[in-house]
Amino acid sequence: MRDLNRRRVLQILGATPAVAALAFTEAEAEQAATQAQAARRTAAATGTAYKPKFFTASEYATIVLLADLIIPKDDRSGSASEAGAPEFVDHIVNVQQERQVAARGGLKWLDTESLRRFDKTFVHAADAQRRLILDDIAYPAKADTRFSHGVRFFSGLRDLVAAGFWSSKAGVKDLGYQGNVPNVWDGAPQAVLDKLGVKYEA
Amino acid sequence: MQVIKSPKVYDVAIIGSGAGGGTAAKVLTEAGADVVLLEGGPMWDSAKDGKMFAWNYDSMNRGWGGDKKPFGEFDGCVGGWEIEGEPYTIGNGAWRWFRGRALGGRTNHWGRISLRFGPDDFRGKSRDGFGDDWPITYEDIKPYYDKLDSFVGIFGTNHAKDTGLHNEPDGIFLPPPKPRHHELLIKQACDKLKIPVVPSRLSILTKPHNGRAACHYCGQCGRGCATHSNFSSTSVMIPPALKTGKLTILANAMAREVVTNDEGLATGVSYVDSVKLTEHQVRAKAVVLAASCCESARLLLNSKSTRHPGGLANSSGVVGKYLTDSTGLNVSGFVPTLMDVPRYNADGVGGMHLYVPWWGDNKALGFPRGYHIELGGGFGMPGYGFGGGIQNYPQSRGGGYGKDLKDEYRRYYGAFVSLSGRGEQVSSENCSCEIDPNVVDKYGIPVLRFNHTWSEQERLQGKHMQETFRSIITEMGGTPTTPMPTKEQDYGLAVGGLIIHEAGATRMGNDAKTSALNRNCQAHDAKNVFVCDGGPFTSQADKNLTWTIMALAWRTSEHIAAERNKGNI
Repeated sequence: MRDLNRRRVLQILGATPAVAALAFTEAEAEQAATQAQAARRTAAATGTAYKPKFFTASEYATIVLLADLIIPKDDRSGSASEAGAPEFVDHIVNVQQERQVAARGGLKWLDTESLRRFDKTFVHAADAQRRLILDDIAYPAKADTRFSHGVRFFSGLRDLVAAGFWSSKAGVKDLGYQGNVPNVWDGAPQAVLDKLGVKYEA
Repeated sequence: MQVIKSPKVYDVAIIGSGAGGGTAAKVLTEAGADVVLLEGGPMWDSAKDGKMFAWNYDSMNRGWGGDKKPFGEFDGCVGGWEIEGEPYTIGNGAWRWFRGRALGGRTNHWGRISLRFGPDDFRGKSRDGFGDDWPITYEDIKPYYDKLDSFVGIFGTNHAKDTGLHNEPDGIFLPPPKPRHHELLIKQACDKLKIPVVPSRLSILTKPHNGRAACHYCGQCGRGCATHSNFSSTSVMIPPALKTGKLTILANAMAREVVTNDEGLATGVSYVDSVKLTEHQVRAKAVVLAASCCESARLLLNSKSTRHPGGLANSSGVVGKYLTDSTGLNVSGFVPTLMDVPRYNADGVGGMHLYVPWWGDNKALGFPRGYHIELGGGFGMPGYGFGGGIQNYPQSRGGGYGKDLKDEYRRYYGAFVSLSGRGEQVSSENCSCEIDPNVVDKYGIPVLRFNHTWSEQERLQGKHMQETFRSIITEMGGTPTTPMPTKEQDYGLAVGGLIIHEAGATRMGNDAKTSALNRNCQAHDAKNVFVCDGGPFTSQADKNLTWTIMALAWRTSEHIAAERNKGNI
């Protein structure tokens, strides 16, 4: 996404209404492109495109970006956005009204902080710059008190992204949860008992 | 608007279709009575309406249920602590009131923990001077516990033999499932601390039983079992009652009051159709209230007449008083030994496989009555809330983001245990429900106002729970995830009503001046009015109450059948 030029953005936006795309400034288009990419990944996974219900296109682009910074793809599973976590975040904030002001305001806090430091909003900052901000708000116990509002926002978002990712089909598989199927219970396997140093009574 | 009256006069009208009402319906119909069963909510069938095998990712909520499903989106119980249009109010203290609104009531999702009260539990006052003794003994109710065990089917073992604890009666059991890995680890720590850990007793079938299939170990009993392999009123009690051809079920029938005649005897029940909002009256020769402890008290208090100016069965003024819930608190702990455990299908049955009965000696403890411990932990189905607050996990990186964080979520999955205490609140006149003089629900029925606070007795019990659970977690090499609460925080005791074990609001007793019901759960003031829920309990115990609700309901129903045969009702 960082290397996108306007033309590429418009190509990506091909799936969205052309009128809307033409009305975008370059910055808006780039944000929308991020969203479109995420939506496309979801569409590929679920067969339907996701349209945020609570967040604006620009806010949602930031959510998608943050979600993948929190849970990136690794050798065991895909990223948060590939598993649909941003859709879950949008849905939950949409149905739980008490979260809405904090979510919207937290994103605004993040952009303000990014503008103050780098003269760019969070999505337009470089990856290393984004991480500088996250390093200041991702560790509550160590964080400087002047970042307390960002800390609060990020902790809440991390929880939602985690729940969205790990409860997804990909997340469940990654964790190795093997239940929710009919079976016959005969206790824990020997390897588990051995690891814990416990055994069944005869 | 006119009241639609049923032409038929039933032998018995039962209000409520949960543990008590379902049992009464089975026993009474099988004894030959024509029974009409009123349920405030819709029909519900776990085979059709249950969400067994649903995945959290089948829904955008990922299992979050909100106020409408406080136990999760796929939970089998229709209802909650807050029901739209059905408020309740608080006088003194705090209280939360969970109500089920569907056929089967709260049995559609309960914990299936099926414990008999022991001999000591019926004579608390004689033992320590607190509360009151029951008008019946363990020997009076034992035959009905036996009938229940045999008919419903529960797994378990002889706890008295396992532990030497005399107040843990034997029963008739199916074989218990082997413990899960984390339960064995908890037991190992408890063994060192001399805390007894025994197989739990749950009404879940580990073998085929009375025409019902054995459990298939999906661990989702709370969602309603499509194979009827666990106990719910709808799976176990209602079907045989229907089979007699003598049961009529009125769904969406929200009882308003018990109707009485000039002699003060019940002649039926008036109710509102909760969907059409039409007014009805059904006639019966006897009325069984099994609407749940507080709802039955509310009905009696709202059934005022010249013969019963303070409400039906309330010449003593005790209806609504002596309301108790189980004490309850949980402590969770992070146990490093449980990190990186090889994965396996650890679902088992829908509940704990091991359990800790009350083992303490109160003479040495400074507080009366005890509690049991429910064990939790393991590899549950990931859903809403998974990994929440990871920045606070003991020995974690304190938050962060990226691949390291992702790996941390994996390592902490299954590395927590939880210990939940459920104990006995000593009954007191100060804890009560009463009719709020100013508030009605959407049907125009006056609502309940609750008064409930924990006393020093419960606080000391809560402190003992906290200290014990923390010592078990520490013995396991773990770290509790929360700090020890203070006395001002009631040591972490849940607000009354949150444990959903309400009892005592229509208590039994031999003295008509200090109790609403006699030893047969029959109103002192009206011989054809009975209560078959937690209301008649003279005291709680350190054991969950459902099995005793059902044993008492069975006993009461046999008494009603016998009285009918004698022509007394």
